[in-house]
Amino acid sequence: MDTALIGELALTGALVGMMYGLVAVGIVLIYKTSGIANFAQGAIAMTGGYVAWAISALLGVPIWIALPAAIVLMFGFGMLIELTVLRRMIGQPVIMVIMLTFGIEIFLRGAIPGFLGSAVKRLDLGIPQAPVFIGDMLLNRAYLIGGGISAALIVAAIVLFNSRAGVMMRAVSDDQGASWSVGIRVERAIALAWGLSAVTATAAGILWGSMQGVDWSLSLLLVKALAIAILGGLDSIPGVLLAALIVGVAESLATGILDPLLGGGTRDIVASAIILVTLLVRPYGLFGHTQIERV
Amino acid sequence: MFYRRSGIRHTRYAEERQLWPLRFDRWLVGLAVALLVAAPLLVDRLYLVAYLLPWIIWSSAALGLNLLMGGAGQIHLGYGAVMAIGAYTCVHLVRAGVPFELAMLAGGLMSALVGIVFGAAALRVKSLYLAMATLAMQYIVDFVISHVPAISGGTQATISVPPVRFLGVPIEGDIATYFFALAVCAVITSFMLNVARTSFGRALAAVREKDYAAEIIGIDTFRYKLLAFWASSFIGGVVGSVLVVCYLRSVSPDQFHLDLSVQIVAMVIVGGLGSVLGSFFGAALVLFAPIIFNNLIGTVTAGLGIEIGSDLRSHLPLMLYGALIVGFLVVEPLGLAKIWDNARNYFLVWPFRHAGR
Repeated sequence: MDTALIGELALTGALVGMMYGLVAVGIVLIYKTSGIANFAQGAIAMTGGYVAWAISALLGVPIWIALPAAIVLMFGFGMLIELTVLRRMIGQPVIMVIMLTFGIEIFLRGAIPGFLGSAVKRLDLGIPQAPVFIGDMLLNRAYLIGGGISAALIVAAIVLFNSRAGVMMRAVSDDQGASWSVGIRVERAIALAWGLSAVTATAAGILWGSMQGVDWSLSLLLVKALAIAILGGLDSIPGVLLAALIVGVAESLATGILDPLLGGGTRDIVASAIILVTLLVRPYGLFGHTQIERV
Repeated sequence: MFYRRSGIRHTRYAEERQLWPLRFDRWLVGLAVALLVAAPLLVDRLYLVAYLLPWIIWSSAALGLNLLMGGAGQIHLGYGAVMAIGAYTCVHLVRAGVPFELAMLAGGLMSALVGIVFGAAALRVKSLYLAMATLAMQYIVDFVISHVPAISGGTQATISVPPVRFLGVPIEGDIATYFFALAVCAVITSFMLNVARTSFGRALAAVREKDYAAEIIGIDTFRYKLLAFWASSFIGGVVGSVLVVCYLRSVSPDQFHLDLSVQIVAMVIVGGLGSVLGSFFGAALVLFAPIIFNNLIGTVTAGLGIEIGSDLRSHLPLMLYGALIVGFLVVEPLGLAKIWDNARNYFLVWPFRHAGR
């Protein structure tokens, strides 16, 4: 095993991890504002990919208009989910709300491929196929661009949390009652979080869709996103950056090194293993608040 | 039907504490049991094997998951993996020559052991983490089963179940398998009916309602959560082995994927968290709704002359499960059992709707 190959695997993994992290940001955003884990995030990413494809391919709109249109549409979709379903569950036990988001995930996994077709769709962003060479290492240009965009969006999310809307959302995450009393519209902040997390999921769905095609398997991003969110600490966006790097590199190295030994398929298991190890060793993650309700 | 409660005055605590204090309910349960026992004579062989048998087996699985989700308020998204562990353990032991009675119990024990490892990791923290841990368990167990040739018999392999005997009776043919599944279901049902009346069941209910409060009145919450996880996984393992022996007749990794877990979670929620009757209702609705819906759409579209895509038809079950979970959680969180209960309470004192219970 030479260093060039390992370096190549690690670098690719880091870029891929960034794109996973984009999905995880949405989970953290929603957890921070409303205290529930969104198990529908994978399916929302898939829906975003499908919507972008539908606008560009079915309606024949050029891709540079279709992408912003899809993102705006999905922002509305995220708000709509919160408005129609989640808001009616206020005051219910957390287990019920988690089941609800899981139900939404299942429904979207069935409905979107059911109505828009389950065959793999091609979503062309116009990224050239030619690889990039850095020294001896060979990098996929799509990964390079995708990882770059993802990292930029995650940093944008961190910046957003220091803006006025972000301060509002942080206040809501600290104490909903106190936020009400100083005049913050709690329900609006939560709806905003859902809308924004749908946007990041859509961006991830489009990036992944342009690489592997748009189909139901985009919803499998859920497990990787959960692994990143939990490793970074569920309530820390900077944690997502580091955890995304770790998960991406670990997955890429496992695929490159363990697959020949075990006969393939290790890629799907790394995220699950990371979830389990994090829970055993450090349930509050790398950067999360330590006062997780222990029972 | 009318005035069912009139004239029923319990004079001893034991009478008040019966499972079914009303005579009408006892008749109803008796009738249901009689119909199930007589089913091989009453219904066609096709219906027995294709509808009644899976309904009974899936109801048993839903009962097992309901102990954890409804009884103790803990979430489990990897129940299919639990069943897979039981099924594979049982099949391998039977093939190695172990009697089926023991192999079935060993399957349950193995499921309980593996399940508890995953549960113990997450039960120390919030229930939210349990959802993630069990989801991870589903993927890890799937991976281990399909990638260890000693378990799955190689990738894409299917292991057939050898003929087995239970207490000397060979389990083969339609009738014997049906009665065996029914007997296992009866045992699990009576356990579930009675568990709420034991100290274990009451402790679980306390943990479910508020774990801090349970801790304060002297219940070791971690221990009881773990016990609930253990018992539920044990039932799951046993049902898994019943599933492969009675219904599938062979075992391969793809029978126990996330789809099965989703199905059973949907059954528990649709039926009603914590309700025994609800598990049967939920299993019936989740198993048969896609079939009925599909036929309905088929006849409607044929009647109207519209062509409907095969993609839509093949994704209908998933869509329906998701819609059922979301719909019931939003509209009636306690499920079909609550709807049944409302109707029953209404008719108990009909036509005097203000008479109270």
